[in-house]
Amino acid sequence: MTTYILRRLLATIPVMAVVALFVFFLLHLTPGDPAAVIAGDDASPAEVDGIRRKLGLDRPIWEQFGLYVWNLLRGDLGTSIFSNLPVMTLVKQRLEPSLVLAVATLTVAVVLAIPMGVLAAWKARSAIDRVVMGFSVLGFAVPVFLVGYLLIYVFAIQLRWLPVQGYQPLANGIGGTLRSITLPALALGMTYMALIARITRASMLEVLSEDYIRTARAKGVATSSVLLRHALKNAAVPIVTVIGIGFALLISGVVITETVFNIPGLGRLTVDAILKRDYPIIQGLIILFAASKVLVNLLIDISYTLFDPRIRQ
Amino acid sequence: MLNGSRRRWGLAASFAAGLALMSPAVAQTPKTLKVTMHADVRTLDPFWTTQTIAGIHGMMVYDTLFSSDGDLKPQPQMVDKWDVSADRKVYTFTLRDGLKFHDGSPVTSKDVVASMNRWGKRDGAGKQLFGYTASLEAKDDKTFVWTLKEPYGLLIESLAKIGTSIPFVMREKEALVDPFKQIEEVVGSGPFAFKKEEWVPGSKTVYEKFAGYVPRKEPPSGHAGGKVVKVDRVEFIWLSDPQTAQAALVAGEIDYLENPQPDFLPILESTPGVKLEQHPAMGTMGIIQLNHLHPPFNNVKARQAMYHLINNADYLNTIAADKKLQKLCYSYFGCGVDMETDAGSEIYRAPPDLKKAEALFKEAGYNGEPITILHATDHQYINPANLVMIQQLRKASFLKLDVQAMDWGSVVSRRAKKEPPAQGGWNIFITGTSVLSSSNPITHVSVGMGCDKAWFGWPCDQKFEDLRKQWAFAQDVDTRKKLAVELSKRAYEQVPYISFAQWVNPVAYRSDKISGVLPVPSVPPMWNIEKK
Repeated sequence: MTTYILRRLLATIPVMAVVALFVFFLLHLTPGDPAAVIAGDDASPAEVDGIRRKLGLDRPIWEQFGLYVWNLLRGDLGTSIFSNLPVMTLVKQRLEPSLVLAVATLTVAVVLAIPMGVLAAWKARSAIDRVVMGFSVLGFAVPVFLVGYLLIYVFAIQLRWLPVQGYQPLANGIGGTLRSITLPALALGMTYMALIARITRASMLEVLSEDYIRTARAKGVATSSVLLRHALKNAAVPIVTVIGIGFALLISGVVITETVFNIPGLGRLTVDAILKRDYPIIQGLIILFAASKVLVNLLIDISYTLFDPRIRQ
Repeated sequence: MLNGSRRRWGLAASFAAGLALMSPAVAQTPKTLKVTMHADVRTLDPFWTTQTIAGIHGMMVYDTLFSSDGDLKPQPQMVDKWDVSADRKVYTFTLRDGLKFHDGSPVTSKDVVASMNRWGKRDGAGKQLFGYTASLEAKDDKTFVWTLKEPYGLLIESLAKIGTSIPFVMREKEALVDPFKQIEEVVGSGPFAFKKEEWVPGSKTVYEKFAGYVPRKEPPSGHAGGKVVKVDRVEFIWLSDPQTAQAALVAGEIDYLENPQPDFLPILESTPGVKLEQHPAMGTMGIIQLNHLHPPFNNVKARQAMYHLINNADYLNTIAADKKLQKLCYSYFGCGVDMETDAGSEIYRAPPDLKKAEALFKEAGYNGEPITILHATDHQYINPANLVMIQQLRKASFLKLDVQAMDWGSVVSRRAKKEPPAQGGWNIFITGTSVLSSSNPITHVSVGMGCDKAWFGWPCDQKFEDLRKQWAFAQDVDTRKKLAVELSKRAYEQVPYISFAQWVNPVAYRSDKISGVLPVPSVPPMWNIEKK
C-alpha cells in the first residue's frame, strides 16, 4: 500500500511539470497585457511601455519562464502584479471560504442525494422514482445563478432570514459562518444533489440485481439492512468517485456561486486574475488546482480499498 | 426565606451591575459605513495606475493641496495661503497648520515637492504642468515655491483635479519611489487610515478614521472644505455582481452603492429608504475611436463619412434606457459643464445619410478593404455600444467589416499596436470617458491630436494642438469658453474620434441609514457621512 502511494505521488511530478509549462506558455501567448490594464484608459502608449519594462514583461519569454520555474522550485508562487501581495497570501485569504463552501455544498448534497438515490432505486419505476429523477433533471437544467437569485429573493429580501451576500470567517463564530454559507451551499448543492442522486440510483439498481442481494432477501434480512449494508456499500465506488471529483471541482471552479453570493473564494480570485492578466496569480492557482486534483484522485483511489477489499489485492 | 430573597436580590443587583459595566462597550460599537464602489481596490498606489478606483482609495488615505468644490472650482485644502507674482510665473504656497501623516510625522514642503514630482511623471495634466515648470522647491518646512517658465494658466486647476491621477501628497519616502513601480507602504495624511492587515484584494478594503486629522473650518462642498469624518470605520465591500449589489443595498447590508447598473435603477427608486443622487457634471461619454495611422481613417474624408453613418440617439436607448439618465450631447467637452459647446456639430446632427457617407469614403480612396473593429464583449456599456455601431455600419453595404470579438483586456492590449490591421493592428474600437475628464481640453486625453504623443488612434493636427495650448494659457473662463468653441469646430473638422451619447450613473444610498452624502461627479468622498 505504501509503495503504491509513493509511486502515485512520484507520478505527480511529471504531471505538474507539464502543467507548469503548458500554463506559462498558454498565458503568455494569449492576447492581453497587464501593463495596459494597470496604466488605465487615459494612459499614453509610452506610459504603458514604461510599466511593461518595470514588470519585466519586455524580457524574452524564455528568460521569464526560467525565472518562473526557478521561483516555483523554491516554493515561491510569485507576487501579484496588481496588489503587490505574495500569491500565497492571496491563496491563504481565499482558502477558508472555498473549503467551507465545498464542504457545506457536499454535505447538503450527500445528505439529501444518497437517500434520494437509494429510495429511487428501491422503488424503481414508481412515482417516487419519477419524482426523484424529475428533481434530478431540474437540478441539472436550472442554472446555479438563477437558483441563487431566487434563494436571495425569498430568504434574504422577503423573509430576511439570511444575508444576501458575504462570508463570515469561522474565527468570528460558527453561527455566522453557517448563516453566510447556507444559501450558496443550497444553490450550488442542487446540481451536485442531482448528480449524486442519479449516480446512486444507477449504481444501486445494478447492485440490487445481484445474486447475493436475492440471497440476503431470501434469508429474511430486513429491507433497510439489505439496502444500506449489502447494496449501498457495494454501490459506493462510483458514488465516492463523483463526490471526490465534485470536491476538487468545488475548490477550483465555483466562480458563479462565489460571485452571486460574494464569497471571496479561489474561483473568483482566478477569474479576476484572468481578466486583469495577473500572470503570477493565474499560474500559481492553476498549479495548486492541478496538485489538489491529483491529491483528491489519490484519496479516491485509496478510499476504494475501504469499500472493496478486492482492490487492495 | 429572607436569606434566599436577599441572595436573589443580590444576584439581580450583580447582574444589573454587570449589564451596566457592559453597556459602555455597547455604546462603543464602531460606526461602520459599508460601501460598494464601481470597482475593487486592487492597487494601493494612486500614481502607479490611472484607474479611478485607485483615486478613490487615494482620496480616503491622502490629502491634496487643492480640491474641487461642488461647482468644480478649485479651493485650497492642505494649502493655507498662496501668492502669485505679477508676471504669473512664481507661485508661493504655505501649508496650513496641523497637517500630519498617519505615522504621526508632520507634513512638510519636502513631502509636497517629492509627491508633485512623482505625480508629474505619470499624469497627463501633471506632465503638461511640469513641461512649463522651471523649478519646484521647498523654501522651508511649510513653504514651497513653484516657478513657471511661462504663465501657464492651469497650475491651481491641475492641483485641484479629481477623477484619475489626483495629485496626492505622500511621505517623501514613498514619493521618491520610481513612479513606474508600486509603493510598499500606504501612509497618508488624509482623513482615513488604511488597514492593510484587513485588506483582501477582490473582496474587502478597510479604512479607519484618522483621529489626528485636522479638518479645514469651511463647510464641506464637493471635495473641498472641512473633511469631517463622522464614522469610525469604512469598509469597501466589492460586489462584482450588479444584481447582488442592488439586493445588498435593498436588504440594508450595504449603505452606499456607487455605480448601480441602469437596469436596476427603477427597483432602487421604488425601494423605501433608498435614494439616488447625481451631480450635474456626472456621467460618461462614449467614444468611437478611429485609427488615424491606416486607411481608410488616415484620410479625413473617411473620418467625416462616419458622422453620416452614426446615429447618436440609438446608443442612449441601448445603454441607459431611462430617459432621465440620457443626454443627447454633441459637445466634445461634455454637456452640463463650463466648456460645453456643440460648435461645428451640424454634420453630425443631420440624420444618417448613406449616399453622402459612400461619396466621402470614395473620395478617401476606400476600395472595400476590411475595417477591423475590436469588439469588447465583456464590458457593461462597450459591448452594447459595439452592437449598435456594427448594426449602423452594416447598413452601409459598401463597407467591409471585420469584427473581432474579444475581452476588454485584449482590446487594451491590441489598441496599442501601430501595425496595419492585417498585421495585428486595428481600425476602430469603442471606449468611454468621464464627463469630468473631458470637460477640460488638457485632461481630455482622447481629444488631443499630438501625433505620436497622442492617445491610441494617434490623431495629428498642429492647429488643434496650438488651440489647446492657448486654452491652457488663458487666464479666465470667458477666454477659455471662446477657445473651446474654436477647438470644437476644429475637432468636428478633423474628427479625432466620434463621440456618442452622454449618460449618468447616479449613486444610490440608504437615506434611512446614512446622511450627509456629498454630491460629486466622480471619486465619492466618505467624510461628512453620518450613520444614523
